[in-house]
Amino acid sequence: MPITREQIARIAHLARLATAPAETTEDAEAAEAEEYAAQLSRILELVEQMNRIDTNGVAPLSHPQQLAEAALRLRADEVTETDRRADYQRIAPAAEDGLYLVPRVIE
Amino acid sequence: MNFTDSAAATDDAAPMHRQSIAAHARALRRRDYSSVELTRHFLARIAAAEDLNAFITVTEDRALAQAEAADRRLAAGDENSDADAAPLLGIPLAHKDLFCTAGVLTSCGSKILSNFIAPYDATVVDKLNRGGAVTVGKTNLDEFAMGSSNETSCAGAVRNPWDKTRVPGGSSGGSAAAVAARLAPVATGTDTGGSIRQPAALCGLTGIKPSYGRVSRRGMVAFASSLDQAGVLATNAADAAIVLRAMAGFDAADSTSLQLDVPDYPALLASARAESGKPLAGKTIGLPREFFGADVAPDVADCIDAALAQLRALGASTVEVELPNSAAGIPCYYVLAPAEASSNLARFDGVRYGHRAADAADIDDLYARSRGEGFGAEVKRRIMVGTFVLSSGYYDAYYLKAQKLRRLIADDFRRAFEVCDLLAGPTTPATAFELGEKTRDPVAMYLNDIFTNAVNLAGLPALSIPAGFDRANLPVGLQLIGDYLDEATPLIAAHCYQQATDWHRQTPAEYA
Repeated sequence: MPITREQIARIAHLARLATAPAETTEDAEAAEAEEYAAQLSRILELVEQMNRIDTNGVAPLSHPQQLAEAALRLRADEVTETDRRADYQRIAPAAEDGLYLVPRVIE
Repeated sequence: MNFTDSAAATDDAAPMHRQSIAAHARALRRRDYSSVELTRHFLARIAAAEDLNAFITVTEDRALAQAEAADRRLAAGDENSDADAAPLLGIPLAHKDLFCTAGVLTSCGSKILSNFIAPYDATVVDKLNRGGAVTVGKTNLDEFAMGSSNETSCAGAVRNPWDKTRVPGGSSGGSAAAVAARLAPVATGTDTGGSIRQPAALCGLTGIKPSYGRVSRRGMVAFASSLDQAGVLATNAADAAIVLRAMAGFDAADSTSLQLDVPDYPALLASARAESGKPLAGKTIGLPREFFGADVAPDVADCIDAALAQLRALGASTVEVELPNSAAGIPCYYVLAPAEASSNLARFDGVRYGHRAADAADIDDLYARSRGEGFGAEVKRRIMVGTFVLSSGYYDAYYLKAQKLRRLIADDFRRAFEVCDLLAGPTTPATAFELGEKTRDPVAMYLNDIFTNAVNLAGLPALSIPAGFDRANLPVGLQLIGDYLDEATPLIAAHCYQQATDWHRQTPAEYA
């Protein structure tokens, strides 16, 4: 199915994805959305070849291990991780007093 | 051609960078050279081949420290340094920059991780480190492994050592170029839809993607979690067997890791040497009719036919089989892989690690602009496709439909393996294409995976091995596919083929 510019805007919002740089003009932004719309339409055209094959009554397969009937393991409910908060926060763009910093969410 | 003992007879005469891992292991223990000397040799080759852009990070200091440690273990000469117990002790290798390496940049070829120093080692990296391997660097790749040409990397395209105007394939293109130019004896890779086998084919290498669940995915940055699997790019099957054995095995930290013993692949290869010259007697190779169609380039088809004749000369029989739903592989894959990617890549949010947009107005603006600035166009396309096929109103028509096709595709393989031991065909329909040739058309790029991605959908093990050259002197790859958990059969077939042929010994002239 063909994808419109409006759909691209909606998908990009769902994915929290700014498709054009912030300083882009409205025209350039529209052109970029247009290009994504054209490319996604082509990709969907490709994947819609799936419809040539009848899958009535076929059980979906989400994972190759379902074929081997290998059930996913459940580990024992025990603490196995060590506290590495400081290591992980050292690589954060903004962290303070053990907390990750983000723009104000609650006024 | 005669059977030769590749490790002993021919290798020792070749220059250092063209030796097999087993030959290096012997030389290190004979004190012909040290691991430090060997490592310096490869580091010098890496520096001289910068124009290939095969590496994102060269870890020279760490490599030399690891090599010194390996030399100390070799000098101590205890049982832990024995060539059978530690075949990789002191051997240089490179990691695809999708594997986390503690204290070293792990970029995934993406701007969003251009400042990400991993806080831990991937299980694969850890296992190889503990085996005494020496990491010379992190190789270039398509951004988050999304691509078939290594042109989507934020670190720039990689060049094919056989022809620098052409792509090395992808997504493990840096690993492939590095091994093909003999900048490292071996490299790790990952394969979600062909990302080890396709670059192996385009660069004249032996590349193996093991069965899903054979190798831990912990610390391997996720693209499509039900398809991703780590593997090896090497110059020959014996080397690939050694490295695969070292990196495979159960890992409690990966919930999809299989609790199974890892076969001793090198021993199985060694025992397959038959003096009769018919080591593949009793093996039946299935030839999927769908892999031998008109879409295969004539030179590629000729090389594959010759390779099959060679395998028959080694004792194997061939039988035609059908994979009737294989045409649905590409469409099915390009729904499921983006769907899983769109979920996996949600973790890159500008909050916990990686790139963060400046001066965000609010939290949504922070997410959207950090991701918008950090991801390249192909990654954005796939996130959007994935978001779309999972979205309300489209889920059944796309995502669920693809999962049903995945079952049919896996069932096709299961039926084929009722009449044969392994499958064979071309890895790719054509040899390496020109840089830039397919970057404007995502769909043309996707069609590169036509013979490889169904294997990932079914979770099967598969290799690509060199099987000749086209008229432009570009390598052709033969794909060998094994039944689930049977890496050994295609590895043995590859090894026997390589003992009878010398395609895998060919090296690009500039890097000989």
